[in-house]
Amino acid sequence: MADVQIKIENLNFFYGKFHCLKNISMDIYKNSVTAIIGPSGCGKSTFIRLFNRMNDLIPGTRAEGAIYLDNENILSLETDVVELRRKVGMVFQKPNPFPKSIFRNVSYGLEIHNIKERTYIENRVKEALQKSALWDEVKNRLNDSALMLSGGQQQRLCIARCLAVEPEVILFDEPCASLDPISTKRIEELITELKKSYTIVIVTHNMQQAARVSDYTAFLYLGELIEYGPTDRIFTVPSNTRTEEYLSGKFG
Amino acid sequence: MKYKKTEILEKIGFSIVTLCIIVMLLFLGLILYFITVRGIKVISWEFLTQQPRSGMTEGGIAPAIVGTFYLTLGAILFAVPIGVGCAIYLNEYTPKNIILNLLRISVNNLAGIPSIIFGLFGLAVFVKLFRFGVSILSGSLTLGILILPSIISASQETLMAIPNSLREASLALGATKWQTIKKIVVPAALPGILTGIILSTGRAAGETAAILFTAAAFYVKGFPGSIFSEVMALPYHIYGLMTEGIYPDKQISIAYGCALILMFLVLIISAIAIYFRQKQRRTYYG
Repeated sequence: MADVQIKIENLNFFYGKFHCLKNISMDIYKNSVTAIIGPSGCGKSTFIRLFNRMNDLIPGTRAEGAIYLDNENILSLETDVVELRRKVGMVFQKPNPFPKSIFRNVSYGLEIHNIKERTYIENRVKEALQKSALWDEVKNRLNDSALMLSGGQQQRLCIARCLAVEPEVILFDEPCASLDPISTKRIEELITELKKSYTIVIVTHNMQQAARVSDYTAFLYLGELIEYGPTDRIFTVPSNTRTEEYLSGKFG
Repeated sequence: MKYKKTEILEKIGFSIVTLCIIVMLLFLGLILYFITVRGIKVISWEFLTQQPRSGMTEGGIAPAIVGTFYLTLGAILFAVPIGVGCAIYLNEYTPKNIILNLLRISVNNLAGIPSIIFGLFGLAVFVKLFRFGVSILSGSLTLGILILPSIISASQETLMAIPNSLREASLALGATKWQTIKKIVVPAALPGILTGIILSTGRAAGETAAILFTAAAFYVKGFPGSIFSEVMALPYHIYGLMTEGIYPDKQISIAYGCALILMFLVLIISAIAIYFRQKQRRTYYG
């Protein structure tokens, strides 16, 4: 078994009185892709937004239990959220590049962490754009506005922006939901490439996508973790009838 | 050819809004035409650069131009930082609840107060209480408070229009809230904020009642020496020329000249702001 990167123990999450995630315990493995699948509203996004504490932004939410990253409970009050978010990057459902140049989008993460040395920043930006397979398309127009790029390019730019701060874990929240099939394919190839260096958690409601890119799959239903295991097994011999029904399209 | 009912309604609707635009353009054109035709006669190099002479009937209006420029600049310097700061506080830090609504209502109420009341307030507080006297400082502060609500509203509306996904993107990279506001939210909102500033500039430059008791004098010899000097100002100068004095014919021409210059001054300030806004838009939105 691979090394554990994130360990989730008895996790409960509440929006006010609504019990959104129910007693979830699971391990997420290093240098692998873990897909979180399940019908809309089952708490997939809420779940991964706990890994970088993005739910803190929503008033009236409460988390119980523990999520360990590098042996530290990131749900603890002492956690330095800024440092956590540097370690756990996130790519969102809709590409959300800043209305700045392509270069400044990628260098932003370095700027906010007070890195000033020009050549170092340039190298890191280049490296990040290469890793996100965007470099060849933008190398001659780094100073153009990021908003001139196509949707798929914008999403790869968002990935580059995230890579530039050198995270350990990257969370993808339905990264292809607004992309065409060709852009989707490129992002999926990229995710497969990225898992060599990063631990990846991806939320998707596209089951084929989960089957294509992930090593492990977790099936969430109404806030409960119904089944979790290697993707091959979950998709071929699910042990729970609800997983089977969901995967075969009986409900969704 | 027979039209369907919906087609006729379509045409009527279009005609009505077209008419609205024509009426608006007509009045704008008329204003520009009359002010220009009546004012252009007195415009000369002397008019722009000299002091008034012979009971305001000869010479120029340079001190009034300078005075209006100082007053407007002072008002902007005072109101923009505070106004943008208020907007950031309201939009980025206040939870969306009843207190926020109360704060918004107060801002809008402030905008509805007649300017003469700001003038009285300025007289009581800046001129008397703070002992700034009738001066550029008192006038600028009064004008500043007058334009504050519109700067706050314009800024806040622009901030509200900045998609939350940008804030999330920045925070998710490990930026603090303040970094996110400073480096992402405010720069993205800048074109809209500048629009608010442009509109407010025109308002401040043209305001008469607010400076009536706080800054303006009908005649001051020479140019203002410090921010504690009384000043001449274009709108008040127009008012004076039209209501006082003993050479109404000459005075009326000069008043139109002043109006033309005032319009031009506001136009220049707007042009500068629009230039910066376009530049900003280009860098940000490509």
